[in-house]
Amino acid sequence: MSPEMSRLSNAFSNARAEGRTALVCYAMGGDGDTAKLLRAIDDAGADVIELGLPFSDPIADGPTLQAAATRALKSGMTFKLLFAEAGSLKLRAPLVSMGYMNQVESMGVSVFAAAAARAGLAGVIVPDLPLEEAQPVREALAAVGIDLVPLVAPTTSPERAARIAATARGFLYYVSVTGVTGARTALPEDLAARLRDLRALSAAPVAVGFGISSPEQAAALKGHADGIVVGSAIVALHHAEGAAAVAALVRSLRAAL
Amino acid sequence: MKIFDRETQSPPDARGRFGQFGGRFVPETLIPALDELEAAWTLARADPGYRKELTDLLENYAGRPTPLFQAERLVKALGLQARVYLKREDLLHTGAHKLNNTLGQALLARRMGKKRIIAETGAGQHGVATATVCALLGLECVVYMGAEDVVRQSPNVTRMGLLGAEVRPVEAGSRTLKDAMNEAIRDWVTNVRSTYYCIGSAAGPHPYPLLVRELQKIIGEEIAEQSLAREGRLPDAIVACVGGGSNAIGAFHRFASEKNTRLFGVEAAGHGLDSGKHGASLARGRPGVLHGSRSYLLQTDDGQVAEAHSISAGLDYPGVGPELSHLRDLGKLELLAATDVEALQAFQDLASTEGILCALETAHAIAALRYLPKLEFVVVNLSGRGDKDLDTIAKALLK
Repeated sequence: MSPEMSRLSNAFSNARAEGRTALVCYAMGGDGDTAKLLRAIDDAGADVIELGLPFSDPIADGPTLQAAATRALKSGMTFKLLFAEAGSLKLRAPLVSMGYMNQVESMGVSVFAAAAARAGLAGVIVPDLPLEEAQPVREALAAVGIDLVPLVAPTTSPERAARIAATARGFLYYVSVTGVTGARTALPEDLAARLRDLRALSAAPVAVGFGISSPEQAAALKGHADGIVVGSAIVALHHAEGAAAVAALVRSLRAAL
Repeated sequence: MKIFDRETQSPPDARGRFGQFGGRFVPETLIPALDELEAAWTLARADPGYRKELTDLLENYAGRPTPLFQAERLVKALGLQARVYLKREDLLHTGAHKLNNTLGQALLARRMGKKRIIAETGAGQHGVATATVCALLGLECVVYMGAEDVVRQSPNVTRMGLLGAEVRPVEAGSRTLKDAMNEAIRDWVTNVRSTYYCIGSAAGPHPYPLLVRELQKIIGEEIAEQSLAREGRLPDAIVACVGGGSNAIGAFHRFASEKNTRLFGVEAAGHGLDSGKHGASLARGRPGVLHGSRSYLLQTDDGQVAEAHSISAGLDYPGVGPELSHLRDLGKLELLAATDVEALQAFQDLASTEGILCALETAHAIAALRYLPKLEFVVVNLSGRGDKDLDTIAKALLK
């Protein structure tokens, strides 16, 4: 599938055409009323929505998303239920799942790809699936028109980043900090420079995530990336105050971009 | 004593694969650190200076070689026909085989210029062994331990504290080894530039399964040498308990391609293999990805990692190392299991007949002796001593 046919890269180009940095918003599937939350995020203007697949052992996640995953699993959320729900929503923003490799492995790569296609996913993120292991998953997803979104970290060398970028479809996810997901008060000082270097070598749009929680942080990153990802802040707010509060945050994030 | 005298055998391949198992399934942030570790290990292994220092510590600090002791009274009490020998890793400094690995890894960390060491621990034996070498080499040490294990292995928590390590209890999930390892990985992702992660099992992302095996395989090499001296031949079988699998692969590796030596891995049957409460990932799991590698894994239909159960904290783990997973598929590794109750009985049998208080993990291997086919010459890897388990055992026996 060529990049221009990707629903994800289209979402980034559309934002750019409107002079905006794209906003990617994360929600944990099964943590409260997921349908209501996804609709609220969609209506409030997110360009892309990341749907967390709750997993028992989320090694890339900080306390906020761990707690949300535990709540979701306790409430009985399963893969099948979540994908069925996602498939029925018909959201405006393209949907990207964020789950762990065992969830793909457990189903089998091609069965997972077919299920993701039925759920209407535009992309899949697997944070514990690095370049060397990614090919079978990438190819199975590409066969059903879904992008595997790879990640680049602050520890990734430029040569390796170029090799990862060459496999990117939809977008490339830059992890802003060495660490797990979760809000940070300060982002690395060299973040803008790292993003500039990465965008120079990536044909796919570059979104930056991990640690970004406020409209002020979003505003500071405007123009430095093709998109920003906000996750834990949304999950924490949803748990504390509900979908309406999330919608207000999403609107203010979008306004800052 | 000679270490790394025999060439490293494949598997794993260059990508860290043992057949379909192994590999690297970790966040991108860690990949450069794993490359750095692999390169440092390759250099160290070939460096006479590293080998000399490790050999000296293994002999004069840890107490290698460990004895091979013939357990005649145990055999008689159990009514067995075989000659059974115990490989006394419980006599190694700190009371378990774990020190073989932590000595090698801590020397490696020092070569790499890393001053902060983190580790996960279940029974606390790997935590103690890591804290010990950090004290010896003057390195900072943080050990993650499931909150449940902190309670049931409290003597080891005290030992780690006295050795200068910080023990961080982990409250997430099942509050056992699996969750401790999750938290150690999160620490490593966060502090990767300054920190060395000392994994205790022959598990985790490549090169750890290779690294830990290379540092533990001395157990099997000594078994072979001592067997030739005592019996004039190699054993008919090696028996070891399997949690993550470091003592097992350490004892087995030398014999992986010996046609006449059978390898028996004993998993924790907990309340019984059909109870849903056990740690038998090789017998009852299916291939999956946990803690950075593909291996047999206890999991639900939905791909969630299942909670394991064993009375012994060291076997209370839903995964297992990739090399053992591969040996299982090859048919070389034969599987046995012992329940909590059987392990407790075996602990008492060994104590009363041979005067050895073994770890509850190890007691599973002793318990499985009665399930072995008819063999003449058997070696059991007595992987650790049982001081840490006295509270658990006393409570269980009072029930």
